Amino acid sequence: MKENSVPKILRMNPKIFLIWIFMISISMIFVSLISAYIVKKGEPGGFNVDLPSMFYYSTIVVILSSIFKQLSYFSTKKDDFKTQKLYLLGSFITGALFLLFQYYGWVQLVEGGVFFVGHPDGSFIYILSGVHAFHLISGLIFILYIYNSAIKLNVHSKNLLSIEMSTTYWHFLAGMWVYLFITLYFYNI
Amino acid sequence: MEITKTSTKPKVQEHDHHDDHHDQSFITKYIFSEDHKMIAKQFLITGIFWAIVGGAMSSLFRIQLGFPDMDLTALSPIIGNWLTPQGKIDPEVYLALITMHGTIMVFFVLTAGLSGTFSNFLIPLQIGARDMASGFMNMLSYWFFFLSSIVMFVSIFVEGGPASGGWTIYPPLSALPQAVSGSGMGMTLWLVSMALFIVSALLGSLNYITTVINLRTEGMTFFRMPLTIWAFLVTAILGVLSFPVLLSAALLLIMDRSFGTSFYLSDIYIAGEALSNQGGSAILFQHLFWFLGHPEVYIVILPSLGITSEIIATCSRKPIFGYRAMVYSIFGIGVLSFVVWAHHMFISGMNPFLGSVFTILTLIIAVPSAVKAFNYIATLWRGNIVFTPAMLFSIGLVSFFISGGLTGLFLGNSVVDINLHDTYFVVAHFHIVMGSASFFGLFAGVYHWFPKMFGRMMNRTLGYFHFWVTFIGAYLVFFPLHYIGIAGFPRRYYSFTNFETGRIESFIDLNTFVSFAAIITFIAQFVFLFNFFYSMYRGRKAPKNPWNSNTIEWTTPREPGHGNWPGAIPKVERWPYDYSKPGSDKDYIPQHIPLSKTPESNMPEDSSR
Ligand code: HEM
Ligand SMILES: [Cu+2]
Repeated sequence: MKENSVPKILRMNPKIFLIWIFMISISMIFVSLISAYIVKKGEPGGFNVDLPSMFYYSTIVVILSSIFKQLSYFSTKKDDFKTQKLYLLGSFITGALFLLFQYYGWVQLVEGGVFFVGHPDGSFIYILSGVHAFHLISGLIFILYIYNSAIKLNVHSKNLLSIEMSTTYWHFLAGMWVYLFITLYFYNI
Repeated sequence: MEITKTSTKPKVQEHDHHDDHHDQSFITKYIFSEDHKMIAKQFLITGIFWAIVGGAMSSLFRIQLGFPDMDLTALSPIIGNWLTPQGKIDPEVYLALITMHGTIMVFFVLTAGLSGTFSNFLIPLQIGARDMASGFMNMLSYWFFFLSSIVMFVSIFVEGGPASGGWTIYPPLSALPQAVSGSGMGMTLWLVSMALFIVSALLGSLNYITTVINLRTEGMTFFRMPLTIWAFLVTAILGVLSFPVLLSAALLLIMDRSFGTSFYLSDIYIAGEALSNQGGSAILFQHLFWFLGHPEVYIVILPSLGITSEIIATCSRKPIFGYRAMVYSIFGIGVLSFVVWAHHMFISGMNPFLGSVFTILTLIIAVPSAVKAFNYIATLWRGNIVFTPAMLFSIGLVSFFISGGLTGLFLGNSVVDINLHDTYFVVAHFHIVMGSASFFGLFAGVYHWFPKMFGRMMNRTLGYFHFWVTFIGAYLVFFPLHYIGIAGFPRRYYSFTNFETGRIESFIDLNTFVSFAAIITFIAQFVFLFNFFYSMYRGRKAPKNPWNSNTIEWTTPREPGHGNWPGAIPKVERWPYDYSKPGSDKDYIPQHIPLSKTPESNMPEDSSR
């Protein structure tokens, strides 16, 4: 019999863990909408949509934004506060640009005769991009918050938690759009 | 303590300021409290409030079903505008009542009231944590629930009445305000309320999962966790995965209702006129709804199963039979619950082949359920049973879980279900297996942990009385519904007397009997309420460990303060089920007693547990 056999408990930082479950939870919203969309596309009577060119640009922009965010994280690790803030700003601006592009994507859709109100094959595109944009706004607010604490020099190599969380979330949102875009692309050719 | 998996090196500050009692104002202590025990009580009290409302509604519509000719004018001061001039319940109000009853019971009582109370109360206490991972989110979770409650409650009184398309709110009925008056403002508020509810449920679940995974005390390995914690954990996982899907379903419904989209609508004629909506599918809603809906029924029952596992082991003075099998069954049920949803849709015109697939998957879920039932019985078998009220309610749960689960096997058969779908047979099935069983788990939990919640004991005699009336009552209410269902009574019908088939009329007596039993059973719950509130202030003071239980919540002070343990958190040295261990002179060895202190009863396998 071993004396003192109290086993160690495995754990990770609760906040990081929280954000991961949160992302899983959000994924379920998209997974359910996407499956609904795929089933809908399989039914007769629908139509294919020419994806607006803006969606292509926004995909590029959101990937850029993700890269900026990662660079800012690297700078934080090296305590390089100048580039840290610069990249942070970069990711914010590209993020905002993404939203703008999405909006113009909708405008293009309308010009192409695909309306929110109408056949679900069209409405789903609005819903998917809309729900995504909604979440992206929350990510932007998170970046602003990080930027604000970065100004107060609260984000540094000894305190990476918040920027790590927001970076993870931001990559997740960018990845989610890429996934949505690819799905939309392949179900409309 | 070790941080194993963090890519960063965050400052590892232990939050050890918890045990000093700073003076809290009334507001931070009782209202915007971040203490998990207070939040648990808030959920419990709100849940009780909703249970009374939901129960009263069922009594009302049972009056309509059992005594269709009764003149209710005497009740008009309370429910005046719900009555027809003849003093009967208005048909549309009837539909609204069953809708509200279902929504309230499933979501507000048996989800929020049950998980909200016991996950909050027991997780930190039983795993040895000072509080939840995020007290603030936990507080938000309650207040979102509170807001959602207010909106739902207000919806009962709006013009046109509350939602009335059934708790499953199938479109097109729920999507078109022209369809029924409850699909107007009432339905809008229903959706708003449920959206708030989902936020609350998600905030809660995120917290529960994180706390269980990350904040266990030293020595509390996964396989030393009490089964309550396993059940709460899986419940929370189910919630995190399924509630967002309900949110999607609700979102699309909101779009259809308020913005004119056609996600669920196609080819609809109202009063001979075609609506412009084309291309949608009402079945899509059913898929989305039941993808939540079926896990939801397990969200409702699993916490109760966890609670009873704990109580049955404690009060049989025996280790739970097949601990690991219990854990795996909980997980099995959790996983399978995501792949059976379409058994609610056998009659929706789905491909018969798909029907067979879902039949098989559905029948498989009976396996882990049966494992659990057998393990309960095996634990009881030759136990040294202490019949506390909590124990009686737990045994009652096992009974309901078996008798209600059996009817699930009939319903799960896509062929048999052609006859049984949407009849009172389904109503009987889920009121026994979900309604009664889960309520019994809730009661068992309250009786068992009341001493820890309020530092006092509940009255036993009243508890016994409450149990027997409720147990017999529930069977008298729900068992006859099987026969009524097999005879072909459809559910959600206002009246059966004008069919004039001769067959249905012959069941009038049975319906009257059921209504009678239901109302008696409802009234008996006030005994519990009295006991609950009276004991809160006047009950006998509880000893520290009234049930001689092993789990570590009983090592806290009689009324644990903020932070739960005044000193260090106890280390956990063994699994929670060392009851009646051979060689030991006591019939229980709490989890914090090290093996080195009990050489007389140690077994070779103990060191690996
Ligand atoms: C052996 C396990 C079970 C099987 C095979 C089973 C099967 C079924 C089936 C096939 C239906 C659909 C009947 C119909 O609408 O025609 C059903 C309805 C239902 N079941 Fe179960 N069930 C089981 C256990 C449970 C449990 C444990 C719960 C809850 C704790 C539950 C709650 C419900 C509810 C709430 C409904 C009705 C929902 C509604 O239409 O309003 N069932 N069950
Ligand atoms: Cu089901």
